[in-house]
Amino acid sequence: MYCQECKQKPATVFLTQMFNGKKIEMHLCEECAAKKGGSLFDIDSQFSVSNLLGTLLGTNYNLQQAVTPSANVKQCPGCQMSLKNISQTGKLSCAECYTVFEKEIEPTLRRIHGNSRHIGKIPVRGGEKVLVKNKIAQLKSQLQKAVANEEYEKAAEIRDSIKDMQNQL
Amino acid sequence: MSFTDLLNTNFVHWVDSARAPESDIVISSRVRLARNLRRIPFPHMLDENTGKKCVEDIKNAWKNSTETRGMNIVFFNQIPLIDRQILVEKHLISPNHAQSDSNYRGVLVNDVGSIAIMINEEDHLRIQCILPGLQMEEASKRAQKIDDDLENNLDYAFNEKRGYLTSCPTNVGTGMRASVMLHLPGITISGQTNRIFQNINQLGMTIRGLYGEGTEIVGNFYQLSNQVTLGLTEEDIIYNLTSIARQIVEQERIIREKLKVQMQYQIEDRIGRAYGIITNAKVITSNEALSLLSDVRLGVNLGIIKDIKSFTLNELIVAIRPAHLQKRTGKEMTAVERDITRAEVIKEKLNAAGSK
Repeated sequence: MYCQECKQKPATVFLTQMFNGKKIEMHLCEECAAKKGGSLFDIDSQFSVSNLLGTLLGTNYNLQQAVTPSANVKQCPGCQMSLKNISQTGKLSCAECYTVFEKEIEPTLRRIHGNSRHIGKIPVRGGEKVLVKNKIAQLKSQLQKAVANEEYEKAAEIRDSIKDMQNQL
Repeated sequence: MSFTDLLNTNFVHWVDSARAPESDIVISSRVRLARNLRRIPFPHMLDENTGKKCVEDIKNAWKNSTETRGMNIVFFNQIPLIDRQILVEKHLISPNHAQSDSNYRGVLVNDVGSIAIMINEEDHLRIQCILPGLQMEEASKRAQKIDDDLENNLDYAFNEKRGYLTSCPTNVGTGMRASVMLHLPGITISGQTNRIFQNINQLGMTIRGLYGEGTEIVGNFYQLSNQVTLGLTEEDIIYNLTSIARQIVEQERIIREKLKVQMQYQIEDRIGRAYGIITNAKVITSNEALSLLSDVRLGVNLGIIKDIKSFTLNELIVAIRPAHLQKRTGKEMTAVERDITRAEVIKEKLNAAGSK
């Protein structure tokens, strides 16, 4: 059935109003209903999205609470926020939250992305350690290859540079 | 072209589609990178003091980065709501961002509007590059270049395991949202949207209306974007999105050809009627205009309507929206007044282009 007001969109809301003692019933689309109902319908798209995420985070929170009762009082030292605050807004409050609530957030990330580990770009600043670690992993596989090919001199060189890099960490 | 021109004309870089690839179907390509500063709380937690500190760091990076130095930096206490809405209608900032008049929220934008970096929207920085046609790789390249340059002067919030940290967990990892705006009248008319779009969600992507999240489909415009930002490389995201977009473009072309051959009279009739109405209407709503312009655009693509450039049609997507209409008349208008001005604008542009 189409909206009785605009006659263009499908009616999704059934509105009952008392008007001068008479009961008026109407089938309306969301937009027209919002106009008619005024404050009855506070349609805020942002709200529903954050709410949804909040619910996602919230379920984890409940699970965590069952296992470790202290989880709900744990606060992020960076922003003083608890997991409860985060599940209410659906947003994390600072970079540190990701480390403090790492375990609690893990299942949420899996649900959203199907993954929980970053494999993309790494910034040069702040990402130095990660870059070094990746380089070491690369060298290690080169080392194995060199050994397999019996290129022992090359292997020794690679082993030395791995040592150097490990000292940097 | 200057920032003032960007605010006072209908022009923005993505409208200029003359030499852009696949521009008969793909209107624009956009890449957005979400970035945050390490020691500052995320934007929704900022107050006057921390906001000020954040802006200082960003301003410093802006001045010291060769990529951004020549761009305009504007904070929303400096420009009126109407100008912020102009930026929304040009797809340079989000509607929510425009609602703020805070002195620590703003935008860094180049003169032609191909680069727009939102400051303290949902994240401290949202680096966006928007180009006409299907140019995901180029858009990504340009956004990354700015990111690299800014990074020399900023400490980003980054974590080995989770990647770039964002206020909302839906953006964490690469922080990359890539999207294309598609015009798909053929797929829509032939009722094949469900068949073609059904698997998109399983591929970690989503399809929505012209104005993004939660909007309905108008004018047969669709926005295809990636949902997953974590556990994929930037190259994967761009590659996947481009290949899906190409497949959709191919389907749309096949259907258009079929329509032209098998339903010649019906299609020509539909296009002719749309052209007739839109060039003679005196009062027209935004939705009616968009759906008639969709038919006119199809007519131009099929060679049924001649002498109208896709530039004009793209310009109209922007020019018929409320803030742009208000800029034109220089006063606030009621919905009906806007509908009248909208009809005038369309007639003017199409007559100037068609002159028949």
